[in-house]
Amino acid sequence: MSTPTTSVAGRLSALTRPGRARALAGFGLAAVLLFAVAPVLLSPFRLGLLGKFLCLAMVAVGIGLAWGRGGLLTLGQGVYFGLGAYLMAMHLKLADAGPGGVPDFMMLYGTGEVPGWWEPLRSPAVALALVVLVPAALAALLGWAVFTRRVRGAYFAILSQALAAAFAILLIGQQQTTGGTNGLNGFRSFFGYDLADPVNQRMLYLIAAGVLLVMVLVARQLMTSRFGEVLVAVRDQEDRVRFLGYDPAAIKTAAYVVAAVMAAVGGALFVPIVGIISPADVGVVPSIGFLVGVAIGGRATLLGPVLGSIAVSWAQTSMSEQFPSGWIYLQGALFILVVAFLPGGLASLLATWRRRRPVREDEPDAPATPDGATAPDAADLLPEGSRA
Amino acid sequence: MDTLLSQLFAGLSLGSVLLLAALGLALTFGQMGVINMAHGEFMMAGAYTAFVIQGLLGDPGASLLVSLPLGFLVGGALGLLLEATLIHRMYRRPLDTLLVTWGVALVLQQVARDVFGAPNVDVAAPGWLSGAVTVGGLALPKTRLFILALAVVCVVALALVLRATPLGRRIRAVVQHRDLAEASGISSRATDRLTFFIGSGLAGVAGVALTLLGSVGPTLGTSYIVDAFLVVVAGGIGQVKGTVIAATALGLLQAFFEYSTTASVAKVLVFVVIVAFLQVRPQGLVSVRTRSLA
Repeated sequence: MSTPTTSVAGRLSALTRPGRARALAGFGLAAVLLFAVAPVLLSPFRLGLLGKFLCLAMVAVGIGLAWGRGGLLTLGQGVYFGLGAYLMAMHLKLADAGPGGVPDFMMLYGTGEVPGWWEPLRSPAVALALVVLVPAALAALLGWAVFTRRVRGAYFAILSQALAAAFAILLIGQQQTTGGTNGLNGFRSFFGYDLADPVNQRMLYLIAAGVLLVMVLVARQLMTSRFGEVLVAVRDQEDRVRFLGYDPAAIKTAAYVVAAVMAAVGGALFVPIVGIISPADVGVVPSIGFLVGVAIGGRATLLGPVLGSIAVSWAQTSMSEQFPSGWIYLQGALFILVVAFLPGGLASLLATWRRRRPVREDEPDAPATPDGATAPDAADLLPEGSRA
Repeated sequence: MDTLLSQLFAGLSLGSVLLLAALGLALTFGQMGVINMAHGEFMMAGAYTAFVIQGLLGDPGASLLVSLPLGFLVGGALGLLLEATLIHRMYRRPLDTLLVTWGVALVLQQVARDVFGAPNVDVAAPGWLSGAVTVGGLALPKTRLFILALAVVCVVALALVLRATPLGRRIRAVVQHRDLAEASGISSRATDRLTFFIGSGLAGVAGVALTLLGSVGPTLGTSYIVDAFLVVVAGGIGQVKGTVIAATALGLLQAFFEYSTTASVAKVLVFVVIVAFLQVRPQGLVSVRTRSLA
């Protein structure tokens, strides 16, 4: 499919104006599935897995906004995910240690004293504030520095990737205060609630589901607002937007900061649900991994990134248990096939299908078949999601 | 004074490794605008070529000399295959090329894992590269000197090809103005392929050289690719000169930061320096003037 950029972009943005009624219906359906159906049908273990996938999907919502709508190919979302996760993990470690206590791993590797920059995190309120503020500040600083100088496209992608590499290396290097390669783990409680208690685990899942739904609402609000329109314009014709008197740097920075905060919140919820955060979750490879689901679902759509991300996480978990090397081949192949031949993601197949349906009633599913049987679950998920 | 000199050498040596890794990128990214994330895996392929050849020939000295040109061919062949199957469809979508080649990189890493096994393998350095040369009380490992020399040879060879051969003239013509070059009878398609072949081949050579410094594993490429791209970004695209200066500068910076702090903090500081530098020169050190809006 050698479509020129303009028509690809056109197709991407054509997908993104779902009707309000359809959006409400889809949103309601998602809420029912997440809050009523999943907790009843799934075992506590599976529910925990789904909770983890929802946290990863939060990163995808942000990427969908920054990359899909804003054209900012950010290969370093692991940094913001990691900042949120580590800040939360540090608070949980300090809370477990009790007032004035020292986290267990510091006794093991470090001096047995809590470093000064950990101390503010003892307070739950400060920890929650920092989870949002630190990633937002870093994203604002980097975004402002880079975008005002009109560093863009591939240069920005490479810089964001280098940031992820530097962050992971820094975490590994500072073993006394960050846990090094092992990361932070072994949390016992979450703001006073026992993490081993299944009721609290279910509560965490419900919090994650609620936060994800709120994020999707925020993303929809941003996408349909004036800001969202200008963001797409910046993606497609940055110079024209500048000539019209807008400041593309400010718009891009805003989108980048929103994406960073979403990733950070996802990271912060990931920690109590999964129970560990380590450099392996935040480096270059996982940072690009976040993009797979977004690309497959449909980068510029509202729900494509969420559903694609959940589907990819699910496929990864179920496949890599049995065929670890098979999963890597599949992930690589999906990346290649979807990005090269289906830049709009699976959502664009659906749009094609919908456009053709009134004309050819007799063969409705012919164009809707994805390339091979590579991701049937994603294809199954999309019709329901696309109603939003 | 001694520590200063030894840091200087460490920096130059690191710079030469970065330069070898980035030189091919300077050609494919700098000249053609293709972001090939599988470049690191082409290096890995070159390194495994050296491993296989040593297994066949036995003698480390002979196998190194055979591996260098053969690594170039292996890297180049992989690059040619990638260009012909995927990249040529995507010249108008550079960011998507990045993701597609990342997928290729994942697959190549797994192929290496399945063929050669996940644990690292070792390639013995030849006897004439063991030991060190002592200059003014400073011991300079011969392998490091060899890589330094190899980097110089590659830069000179690439500069000669670009400046003094008909092929180089065609490459520069296509870079400067694709349509006009085509109108003058140059096949931009064939030129793209050859450019990509040479760039990927240089990755193969870099991979062979890296076997002298450490063991070879499936993720060899990923550890260099980020730094190599940073070199090209800081050096500016379109000219080899910028890449050479940037690689040397980043190597020296990393070595001196490492000496005064730690290796991990040094990485972060180098990143900060690059972002700050791009504030001054957003196009990198050396950039070709074009009429496009920057």
